[in-house]
Amino acid sequence: MGKVAWQAYSLQGSAAGASALTDAAIEDQVETEWFSCPVDRKELKRLFKRSDAPGLRNFGLWFVLLLGSGVTAYFAWGTIWLIPAFALYGVLYSSADQRHHELSHGTAFKSRWINEALYHLCSLMMLREGFFYRWSHSRHHTHTIIVGRDPEIQAPRPPDIWGLLVLDLFQIKSGPILLGRIFHNATGTLTTAGRHFVPETQRANIVWASRLYVGVLVGVALACFSVGSVLPAMFIILPRFYGYPLYQLLNLTQHTGLAEDVRDHRLSTRTIYMNPVLRFLYIDMNYHLEHHMFPMVPFYRLSEVHDLIKDQCPPAYPSLWAALREMVPTMLHQRRNPSWYIVRRPPGADAPQEPIGAGVFAQ
Amino acid sequence: MSESRETGRWVKVCRVDDLGKEDVMRFDCAGKTYAIYRSPDGDYFATDGICTHEHAHLADGLVTGNIIECPMHNGRFDYRTGEAKSPPVCIDLRTHPVKIDVGTVFVSVE
Repeated sequence: MGKVAWQAYSLQGSAAGASALTDAAIEDQVETEWFSCPVDRKELKRLFKRSDAPGLRNFGLWFVLLLGSGVTAYFAWGTIWLIPAFALYGVLYSSADQRHHELSHGTAFKSRWINEALYHLCSLMMLREGFFYRWSHSRHHTHTIIVGRDPEIQAPRPPDIWGLLVLDLFQIKSGPILLGRIFHNATGTLTTAGRHFVPETQRANIVWASRLYVGVLVGVALACFSVGSVLPAMFIILPRFYGYPLYQLLNLTQHTGLAEDVRDHRLSTRTIYMNPVLRFLYIDMNYHLEHHMFPMVPFYRLSEVHDLIKDQCPPAYPSLWAALREMVPTMLHQRRNPSWYIVRRPPGADAPQEPIGAGVFAQ
Repeated sequence: MSESRETGRWVKVCRVDDLGKEDVMRFDCAGKTYAIYRSPDGDYFATDGICTHEHAHLADGLVTGNIIECPMHNGRFDYRTGEAKSPPVCIDLRTHPVKIDVGTVFVSVE
């Protein structure tokens, strides 16, 4: 089994973003496209409101820890202590992964200039060019795990176990793809996927940002050559790879193994309870179902949304381990049977919305 | 609102107090959806109700100052002019004239 995808995961259909609609069908489609748990409008407005203070506290602590671990790692260079020191620095550095995601939604800070400045900084740290990512991620939210429409399906079936659970712990598979995209976009012509979902009027920003990224990559390489050491890259480019294993596992649990082609995030997205350290590093994206259902809610209020809607959702996973324990065997099974998936059953749902294929039931 | 932009008929939307300051509400009329806004200064505005990027109701979004933010992808418009302010929205919203008459909000619809 195996190397042939069971569905066509490459992007198809209208480049306009949403499903093709006639004018007459738009209203129906808007109303029925995605399930959303009913929440009082006043309460939602309160949850939507942004503030700078929680973001500044969270990101301030992150910068302090990053700086402290970086200084420690610098002085540990050349000793055996470099391993734990750089491991810590890499984990903290790669926290930029989900920080850049939150910032891409514009929800982390009330002040847009802070949000945008940090967004592009975190994007650069993760080599995930920000202008391109916004368009890609818009598609992910419109068509979450809809095959052929969502460009960010992390584990197309049958899943590439070696690539996802081994190589990509250090981004050995995905990293070169990201770098290739930067170099490709820097030439002035966007990648095929990019041309699919980025309007022509918005492409210049991506091209120029990609050229800046190339400049930074070349600059870091020159710095390494000039000092005769890989040390500069250990602080700015490589942490995004050697510090990534935790985030690869966290990110995989967001959707992997769950239903495809359903317009109900409760069936395709996990919420997982995590300890405060993981929540800090992952900037509360463990409340991923809530994030998808209400993407305007800032990260620091997602737990409140969870409390409001949890009675209408399948039970949250009690730990990262619990999610992995369900997800990994499902991925292995999908190698043999790509139609296999985990069916999440919301409370009171007599018959869950059934996508194609047979499934297993989550406990 | 400029009178010269009035091309439709005036339709009653709500009482002035039905909409709080810095808020938005949905208004459906003749098969179309509109978004009615009240600015922090208490002025009323109206635009098409569906985001020009993808199919989301702007009335489910967030009003901050003179900006309406789409609930789906956080695209931002100036609801006074309909101007698209930041990606992923690139196409301006259509605006519609609004008037207040004896404590009632009216919007000019096509």
